[in-house]
Amino acid sequence: MTFEAWITQPVNWAFLAIGLVTLASGFGVVAARNVVHAALFLVGTMGGIAALFLLLSAEFVAWALVLIYVGAVIILLLFGIMITRAPTGIDPALSGEQRVLPAILALALFGLITWSSFEAFGASELSLVGEATATDLLGEMLVTRFVIPFEVVGFVLLGALVGGITIARRDLTPLEEEQRGAV
Amino acid sequence: MTVIQYVVLGAALFAIGVYGLLVRRNLVLILLSVELMLAAVNLNLVAFESLLATSEALGQVFAIFVITVAAAEVGIGLAIVIMIFRNRQSANADELTLMRW
Repeated sequence: MTFEAWITQPVNWAFLAIGLVTLASGFGVVAARNVVHAALFLVGTMGGIAALFLLLSAEFVAWALVLIYVGAVIILLLFGIMITRAPTGIDPALSGEQRVLPAILALALFGLITWSSFEAFGASELSLVGEATATDLLGEMLVTRFVIPFEVVGFVLLGALVGGITIARRDLTPLEEEQRGAV
Repeated sequence: MTVIQYVVLGAALFAIGVYGLLVRRNLVLILLSVELMLAAVNLNLVAFESLLATSEALGQVFAIFVITVAAAEVGIGLAIVIMIFRNRQSANADELTLMRW
C-alpha cells in the first residue's frame, strides 16, 4: 500500500493526529524538567492511547484505561511526587548526565522492532467492521475461559494492597508507642 | 488502516519508555517510564486483536490483565519509593549505593 493511498483514508488522518499528540506527550514524560509536568504529560499519552483504542473499536479497554490511569494511577504518582519531592519546581537534576548511550539504545530498539514487524506484518490490512467489541463478550470471557487468570489477578491486587500498606506504613517508635499506651 | 502503523507507534512509545527508564534519576519518574512501556504493549495487544479478530477478543482481555497488573505494580512501587525516601531522604536511583562497594 502506497503512502498516497494510505493518506486518503480519513481514519488515517485521525490516527496521524492522535499518534503525534501521543508521541509528543510521551517525549514530555521523559524530557520534562518538572516532575509534575512529567506526570501530567502521562495523562496526555494515556488519553491518546485510549483514543487509538477507540479507533480500533476497543471501547471498553479505552474507557478502562482512562478510568484506571487518569483516574487512579496518575493521582497515585502525583501523591508520590508530593511526598518525595516537595517543593516541586524545575529541577535539571531529574535526569542523569549520561544521555547519548540511552538514546542510541532506544533508537536501536525502535529500529529493531520496526524492521522486524515490517518484515512480518508489512502488508496486513485491518478490517474495519465499524462495530465496537461487545462489552458483554469481554465480561463473559473474563468469567469463563479466563476465570483462573482473573482470580489470580484479583489476588495480585489484594497482595499489592496489603503489601503497599505494610511497606509504606511508618512503625511507631518505642516512645510514641508508650505515649499512645498512656492515653 | 494497516496494523503496522499501530505497531510502529507502539515501538516508538516503548523506545521512549526505555530511554526514560535509563536517563531518569528520580525513582517516581522511572515508574512513569515503566507505565509508558506497559501502555505501548497494550497498544500492540489491541492492534493485533483488531488484526486477528478472534471471536473471543483475546487481545483485549489480555490488555485488561496488563492494565490491572500495572496498577498493582505502581502501587507497590510507590510504597517502596516512599519507604526508601523515608529511610534515606532521597528518591534518586544513583544515590542508593548501599549495596555497592
